[in-house]
Amino acid sequence: MAQSAFTLERSAPQETALSRLWSWLTTVDHKRIGKLYFFTSLFYLLVGGLLALLIRTQLAVPNNDFLSPDTYNQVFTMHGAVMIFLVVMPLNAAFFNYFVPLLIGARDVAFPRLNAFSYWVFLFGSLLLAASIVLRTAPNAGWFAYANLTNNTFSPGHNLDYYSMGLQVLGISSIASSLNFVVTIINMRAPGMTMMRVPIFAWMTLITSGLLLLALPSFSVGLIELAFDRLFGAVFFEPSAGGDPVLWQHLFWIFGHPEVYILILPAFGYISEILPTFTRKPLFGYPFMVYSGIAIAILGFGVWAHHMFTVGLGTVPNAVFGTTTMLIAIPTGVKIFNWLGTLWGGSIRISTPLLFAVGFLGMFTIGGISGVMHASVPIDYWQTDTYFVVAHFHYVLFGGALFAIFGAIYYWFPKMFGRMLNDKLGQVQFWIMLVGFNLTFFPMHLLGIDGMPRRIYTYTEEMGWATWNLVETIGAYMLGVGVLLMAYNMFTSLRSGQPAPADPWDGRTLEWSIPSPPPVYNFAEVPVVSSRDELWERKLKKQAVPAAVKGGSGEEAEGIHLPPPSIVPMIAAFGLALAGGSMVFKEWILVGIGLAILLFSIIAWSLEPNE
Amino acid sequence: MSHANAAAAHADAHRTSTGLSHNKLLMWTFLASDCMFFGSLIMTYMVYRGRSVTGPYPDEIFNIPFTSVSAAVLLLSSLTMVLALAALQRGKVKVFRVWILATALLGTLFLGGQYYEFTEFSQHGLGLGTNLFGSSFFVLTGIHGTHVGLGIIWLLTLFALSFRGLVRQDNAEKVEIAGLYWHFVDIVWIVIFTFVYLLPY
Amino acid sequence: MSHPGGETSVEHAHPGAITYVKVAAILAILTITEVSVYYIPALMTIITPVLIVLSIAKFLLVVAFYMHLKFDSRLFTGIFAWGMFVAIAIVLAMIALYAY
Repeated sequence: MAQSAFTLERSAPQETALSRLWSWLTTVDHKRIGKLYFFTSLFYLLVGGLLALLIRTQLAVPNNDFLSPDTYNQVFTMHGAVMIFLVVMPLNAAFFNYFVPLLIGARDVAFPRLNAFSYWVFLFGSLLLAASIVLRTAPNAGWFAYANLTNNTFSPGHNLDYYSMGLQVLGISSIASSLNFVVTIINMRAPGMTMMRVPIFAWMTLITSGLLLLALPSFSVGLIELAFDRLFGAVFFEPSAGGDPVLWQHLFWIFGHPEVYILILPAFGYISEILPTFTRKPLFGYPFMVYSGIAIAILGFGVWAHHMFTVGLGTVPNAVFGTTTMLIAIPTGVKIFNWLGTLWGGSIRISTPLLFAVGFLGMFTIGGISGVMHASVPIDYWQTDTYFVVAHFHYVLFGGALFAIFGAIYYWFPKMFGRMLNDKLGQVQFWIMLVGFNLTFFPMHLLGIDGMPRRIYTYTEEMGWATWNLVETIGAYMLGVGVLLMAYNMFTSLRSGQPAPADPWDGRTLEWSIPSPPPVYNFAEVPVVSSRDELWERKLKKQAVPAAVKGGSGEEAEGIHLPPPSIVPMIAAFGLALAGGSMVFKEWILVGIGLAILLFSIIAWSLEPNE
Repeated sequence: MSHANAAAAHADAHRTSTGLSHNKLLMWTFLASDCMFFGSLIMTYMVYRGRSVTGPYPDEIFNIPFTSVSAAVLLLSSLTMVLALAALQRGKVKVFRVWILATALLGTLFLGGQYYEFTEFSQHGLGLGTNLFGSSFFVLTGIHGTHVGLGIIWLLTLFALSFRGLVRQDNAEKVEIAGLYWHFVDIVWIVIFTFVYLLPY
Repeated sequence: MSHPGGETSVEHAHPGAITYVKVAAILAILTITEVSVYYIPALMTIITPVLIVLSIAKFLLVVAFYMHLKFDSRLFTGIFAWGMFVAIAIVLAMIALYAY
């Protein structure tokens, strides 16, 4: 969607608090939207972390009554949902937004207003989901919400309506932003940047977006059917009418397993950007990194039933899905070895991003190996629904995805905010979190093998699980300290941190060729790319670094066309969320108003000047 | 097509790496995603085929001649849609208006047929919660109907915009993209018609 | 609207109205065949494959001509085919799982 021209001079009137707020509400700048995603999801990281601490506090000692069983159900459900949908996915979205255009040498994403729409839908959808926590009617059937626990008989409250509506709205946000990034990466690369010169992080964004586009619809349909069952008396998952609760599991995991890769592929991207920079070596086996990412995405659609081995699908389906699951270990292993190959013989600079990247390698590999164990059907029969599984997915999602994200925060924060984070404090944070992480999650393997089931709100003394549970709780609080340290580090850095130079890490990609933080138009001159490690190549050849590094004042920027700000995306998103939220309470008039707002703002959107 | 002039004016701002337009790429990517959406709905219908424990059952209430006609109506609307686009690409805005309006009318006729079919079924005692057939049939065809409805709004918007000079030969791509959506909704019905209505039980 | 900077080879001329009408005629014949097959008892044994083939034919005609994939960039075909492929594969797998 082409946007009308408006010059930079006009974009900076005298700032008042109100005009500044308005400029954020109407922003279509991918960097601002990235920051909005960033801070929103960091807030939810605190929420999700708090929920985790509630769980660990409850389980610290046997026969604890810190939380009631019903509250416990809500807390563990929302811990999962918040961490997946409101923390890891949007934190990745924050980096997609901020860095993909910079990495590929573009001035913005392909559809700036659609991008703003995605953020506002995410925000309102997340508020809808989070409102249930405040109102103490949070979803309580696990983040997977297995039917027929979720029907009106067994879940009479509004809890699961928040689930179906909140996640439906969040899904629309993800679809919109995925469409945007597919088009951006395919269509807006700088001249000379062939697909095989695209930085791996942008490649992983493309693959993640493709996965989301094909995986989410299955979940959307599941949620629609769930909502029809609960609100309009349909019988999709009603066993008395012949409905099959297992169908929900299929619809959920056809989405849910690709979702795992949606969470982890961006992490692979961060690692692939951080390791070469801090080892001063080009990424080892770039094409293999790309193709193994694609292979993971393709195979990821053929493994969903490994979450359902004990459902009783039969021997043949279980064997097939077990085999496909093991196959995924191959491309994943390729990636691990390529990262090791990147480290090998490099001149390694110890710093926080590198530490988190290496921590990722170790922890993710442990989680990957326990994943291959689950792929074996007989072993999975033994492990399913025990804490062993909890250990596995925290090793890949916390030790994997979140460690990589923390690394990315330390790596890119200087570019985003123009201030360095305190590296010493970052290293302290890393070691606290590494120890805390393993204290929390490694004993879960042992408890799982000993038979401790997931999702129970307490256990008795005689089970002999008390010691390890206490250790886990201590570890969890260490993780909490680590997160608070990072928050403190960011806070002090934003207030009084060292100003960041344009290129603090001797970077290899285009974002380091422009000032920190980048000017609103990103690149004064659209860069012409001739290499995978473009910036290194230029520094090596002592080529003139692009104009933006030298001046970057905005003088050169005259005549660059930027999209005009617009409030319409936010209003459209509000209409959508209003309709979704009103469905929870069956307030049909409000649903109608919400949909009308959505429809009219889309029409207004198409009429906004764009020629 | 005469994009050349308009394109040259914004050559720098609108350069794309592949030479393809953003909007068209967006629409095709969306349609790929929508395949999976309708795929999941059709999948639900297919795995629940013949699993209803009470009637009415599909073969008791389907009115094949009637549905065949409404399927043909939707198919015909694809022809008028593509004729509208062809007219606009040749600069014949008035002809475009006739065909786009015809497309919207045929779409409305299809929706009318669906309304008639739904009321007919409910008089035979088939409701949303009557059995698995009712749930999966109404949700699948209802969501398809919603897609048709949104398409009609889109087409009528284009029709109205053409009077304000906002739909022209040089931005006929707007119509082409709406057309892609419209044809997709049509091919979904081709699949539904075969797999839901015609395949024997 | 975003158009290619120069006229590149990806934009081919779309076919004319006559082609579209011809395609519509074929689509009509295929639809009539579908409904007739449904009513001929003798064909009951092979009705399923026949109907599926007819429906695929109609699908391909609309996609190739009305949606211009035959004349447009291969990238569009690739993206759409990938979505169709995953959708069809998963639907078939599910039907197999439920038939098993």
